[in-house]
Amino acid sequence: MIRVRVRFFAMIREITGVEDLWLELPEPATATVFWEQLTNRYPELQPYRHQSRLAVNQEYASGDLLLRDGDEVGIIPPVSGG
Amino acid sequence: MARSTHSFSPEEMARYSRHLVLPEIGPAGQEKIRRARVLVVGAGGLGCPVLMYLAAAGVGTLGIVDDDRVELTNLQRQVLYDESHLGRLKAEAAAGKLSDMNSQITTIPYPERLTSRNALTLFARYDIIVDATDNFPTRYLINDACVLTDKPDVYGAVYRFEGQVSVFNWGKGTDHRGPNYRDLFPEPPPPELVPGCAEGGVLGVLPGIVGALQATEVLKLITGTGEVLSGKVLMLDARTMAFQTIRFCRDPNNPLTGTHPTIRELIDYEWFCRHPASSENTIPEISVEELEAWRRSGKPFQLIDVRQPFEKEIVTLGGDLIPETEIDQRAHHIRKDVPVVVYCRSGIRSARVVQRLKEKGGYANIYNLKGGILAYIQRFKPDWPVY
Repeated sequence: MIRVRVRFFAMIREITGVEDLWLELPEPATATVFWEQLTNRYPELQPYRHQSRLAVNQEYASGDLLLRDGDEVGIIPPVSGG
Repeated sequence: MARSTHSFSPEEMARYSRHLVLPEIGPAGQEKIRRARVLVVGAGGLGCPVLMYLAAAGVGTLGIVDDDRVELTNLQRQVLYDESHLGRLKAEAAAGKLSDMNSQITTIPYPERLTSRNALTLFARYDIIVDATDNFPTRYLINDACVLTDKPDVYGAVYRFEGQVSVFNWGKGTDHRGPNYRDLFPEPPPPELVPGCAEGGVLGVLPGIVGALQATEVLKLITGTGEVLSGKVLMLDARTMAFQTIRFCRDPNNPLTGTHPTIRELIDYEWFCRHPASSENTIPEISVEELEAWRRSGKPFQLIDVRQPFEKEIVTLGGDLIPETEIDQRAHHIRKDVPVVVYCRSGIRSARVVQRLKEKGGYANIYNLKGGILAYIQRFKPDWPVY
């Protein structure tokens, strides 16, 4: 198992009620594994999965993501206000 | 100091003296600012500070696109307007105010909605486009039109206490352009998932901060100063004053600028944002007309108001008040033996509640009132108060 630090923004932060948390993931820790673990904990995040991007260590992640122990994963939802 | 190529009048020398003495701007930079043509789409919370700073800086031509009128709810953050502007077209009120601030610049109001029909012609007349809008369809439209006309898109967006800023499509020529909005967010979210300012609220000063950042990027683009926020999105949170930038690249799957583009002209953005390709959940909804027919027919159903109690005091359609925040604790008040219609102000919170109850299971016959009480008032009770 590895541990990653997850950071939340905007609506997603309001759903989780916390700014960040540590999440344990089995290996290989792909984006799919990450979302499965996270939505197990917060089922309400399921609808945001397709529209929110993951940023690993302040860099946008591409499709074949593999998380490592200690990575910081930001979930960036689109916002539209102006 | 100034060579003859930069002919500034004594008034201009005085007005822009703090720019003229900046080594990074100087007379050459100020001349570029004077010649610049910037189009600001949206003259609301973000557009006001963008326009004010660009007008003060001496941007020679400022276009203002907005088809809204000034409302009282705007004055908490839209600092170009005052009480005397209530009811006036924002584009025209803004143009007038900016000319008062700086009579040496040209302001061009476009009191119309930006659409797939007018965007390309309009963008072609400007050097830089500022996305200061408040909705996803227009954000995708601006992005795509900027790519098609080869203009930089200076993007800003806010949510409650948080903001995002970036510069899209920067750099000339297809191969050298920076990433764009579709690289950051390939797909719009289902409308019910992301409340705008009217539904979610916004700290009044927040669009001021984000708009000032956008104006900064515009001046950097014009003068070639510093490092443009291209390929990076700045995320800021006013609660903690945490600012961080996240790097992103061009996505080969981008339908506009990827390796196999499928979009070569502007599309119907309202439709695109209502039907995101990967949307798994459709929220059952009924129109205000259907609701009215149900009421008149005496059909048994339960009406639930998920707004806050103070909103019910302003105006109500009746029914049981269960604020969105209390739905989980009070779900047993929601009937399963008759159809249930859920409403709020504009239909966004109630859509979330319908989705949540559907996910909980057991509520097969539950509907969101499309457009909320505002749509009902507009259709049936034009004399009722709106807020």
